[in-house]
Amino acid sequence: MLSVTQASLAFGGIKALDDVSFTAASGEITAIIGPNGAGKTSLFNIISGFYKPQQGRILFDEQDITHLRADKRAELGIARTFQNIALFRGMSVLENIKLGGHTRLSTGFWSAGFFYGEARREEARLRAEIERDVIDFLELDHIRKAPVAALPYGLQKRVELGRALAMQPKVLLLDEPVAGMNREETEDMARFILDIQARWGTTILLVEHDMGMVMDISNQVVVLNFGRQIALGTPDQVQANPAVIEAYLGTSATTEATATEEPA
Amino acid sequence: MITGHFKTDYSADEGIWSNWPKRWGLVAALIGLAIFPFMASNYALLLAGQIGIFIVAVTGLNVLIGYTGLMSLGHGAFFAVGAYTTVAIHHEWPLTFPLITLVISTVVAAAFGVLFGLPSLRVKGLYLAVATLSANFIILFLIEQDWLAEWTGGVRGTETPNAVFFGIELVSQQAKYFFIMPVMVLMLLFAQNLFRTRFGRALIAIRDKDYSAEILGIALFSYKLKSFAISAAYCGAAGSLWAYFFPAILPEDFGLNMSITLVVCLVAGGMGRTLGPIFGTILILLVPEMLKVVAAAITGGDATSQTWVSPTRDILFGLMIIGFLIFEPMGLVNIWDRFWRFMSRWPFAK
Repeated sequence: MLSVTQASLAFGGIKALDDVSFTAASGEITAIIGPNGAGKTSLFNIISGFYKPQQGRILFDEQDITHLRADKRAELGIARTFQNIALFRGMSVLENIKLGGHTRLSTGFWSAGFFYGEARREEARLRAEIERDVIDFLELDHIRKAPVAALPYGLQKRVELGRALAMQPKVLLLDEPVAGMNREETEDMARFILDIQARWGTTILLVEHDMGMVMDISNQVVVLNFGRQIALGTPDQVQANPAVIEAYLGTSATTEATATEEPA
Repeated sequence: MITGHFKTDYSADEGIWSNWPKRWGLVAALIGLAIFPFMASNYALLLAGQIGIFIVAVTGLNVLIGYTGLMSLGHGAFFAVGAYTTVAIHHEWPLTFPLITLVISTVVAAAFGVLFGLPSLRVKGLYLAVATLSANFIILFLIEQDWLAEWTGGVRGTETPNAVFFGIELVSQQAKYFFIMPVMVLMLLFAQNLFRTRFGRALIAIRDKDYSAEILGIALFSYKLKSFAISAAYCGAAGSLWAYFFPAILPEDFGLNMSITLVVCLVAGGMGRTLGPIFGTILILLVPEMLKVVAAAITGGDATSQTWVSPTRDILFGLMIIGFLIFEPMGLVNIWDRFWRFMSRWPFAK
C-alpha cells in the first residue's frame, strides 16, 4: 500500500533520515519506534508531504508521490494526526470533523454562498455520514458542539483522530496517539485503532513510545536510531534484536543483561 | 427564555435561523430597515447610506482578516477600484444598467485583490500588512495619472453618475437607500452562508492552523487568493455603491485613511463573526456624529469655540477606541453574546 524506498533527508549537515526503506502492507498496522530524535516524525513528514526527501522514493498504491504537494496527497487518501494536537481551536468538535470531509465534497463557491441545491444536500449528507462513522464510532456524541479548545487533552486527541477518519483515508498516520495518556485512555485509543483497522481495512502507520501498546497491536515494527533504520520485523523479532536493545538501553546495559543471563 | 433546542433531523440542526429569537430578530431588522427611510431626516439617511456601504466593505475585510487570518491594510484601494470602475463605465456607456456596473466593478476589484494577494503565499501577519499597504499608494498613483484622467478625473476628482433603473433616476437620499440596503442584505447573507459550507470552513482552517489545513487536502495558496478576491470584491461593490451615493469622488477619499477605518470598524465590531462588521461600522461611524451633537449642546453652537471643539472630539474618539480595545478586545459581538447567554438563563440564574 505504502512503501518508502531508500529515503534520505538532511537539514544542512544533520541527517534526519538515512536510507530508510520499508513497506506498510495493506490493512496492517506498522509501528515506527526509536529514541527521541531518531527521525520518526521526519519520516511522517516526508510521507505526508511537508518535507521532500533528497534521495529515495515514496510509493502509494504503486504511484510515485515523492514530489506531490501535501494537499494532493490528502486527496489520494493519506490522513494524519500530529504529535502536538493540531486542531482548529476556533471551531467546535463537529466543525473540525467536517473539515476532514473537505476533499470528498464538491460544493463550489456560488452554490456555497447561496446555499441552494448541491450545497444544502451535501452538507446534510456529510453530517449524517460523520454522525454515523465518526461521532458515534469514537463516542464523541456528548461533546459534538463543544469548542475544541475547552476539551481535555485525551478527548482532543480523539477529535483529531475523528477528523482524520472523516477523510475516509486509505492510509492513516498517527503521530504518538497515546502520548501523555493514562492507562485507561491508552486502552481506549488502542481499541479505536484496532476497530478502525477491522472496520475499514485502513492501513495504519503509528509513531509511539508506549512499547506495551506498540507490541500489542502492530503487525510490523520499524526501528529508527539517529535517522538510520536499525531493525524491521514483527514485534517479537524486533524485541529480540540486539541492535534495538542497544539503542534503547545503551551498550553497557546489554552486556549487563547478558552477564546476568549467563549463569542461568 | 430558550430552554433547549429540540430538533429531529440534521438539516434542521445545520440551519442558521434555528430558533425564534433569531428568526423574529431577522424579520424585525428587515422591517426596521424598510420603514426607516420614511421616518428619517435626509441627514440620517445620508449616514445610513454611508453605514450600509461601509458594512459591505467591512464584511469583505472580515472574510480576509477575520476568517482567513490574513492581514490587509490596503482594502481602501479596492474600494477606490470599485468606485472608479463605476465612474469609468458610465463615462463610456452612460446608460449602463446599475446592477451590471456593480457586478463589473466587483469583478475588477477582485482581480486587483488577487494581484495584491500574491505576497500572501510567502508572508503572514505584519509582513503581509506592510506588503498590502502598497496597494493604497500604487492604485491611487494610477488613478491620479494624466493618461487615465479622462475616466478618473485625476487629482481633481470627478463627478459621479446617478443610478438609473428603467428610466427612474435615483436622486434623493431615500431612493439611493433602497438601492444600497438590498445589496447590503444580500451580500451579508452570502457571506454568512459561505461560512457554513466547505469553502468557508477551509478558510477558517487556514486561519486556525495552516499546516493542519494542508494535510486535510486544502490547497493553501489557491484558497488564500480566493479569500483576497472575495474581500476585494466586497470592497469593490462598496466602492461602486459609493460612486452612486455621493455626487463626486476624490482619490484622497480612499487612501490609507479609509483602509485603516475599515480595519478599525472590523476590530471594534468583532472579527470572524457576521454581526461584527455591522456593530463595528455603526459604532465607528455614528459616535463622531453623537460627539458632534454633544459638543454643539455644550457650546450652544458658538462659532468661536469651533477651534477647540473639533480636536477635542477627535481625542475623545481616540480614547474611546483604546478603552474599547482594552475592555472588550473581542469586539461588540462579545457584549451581544453575553447578553443572549444571560437571557437564555434568565430568570432562573444570573
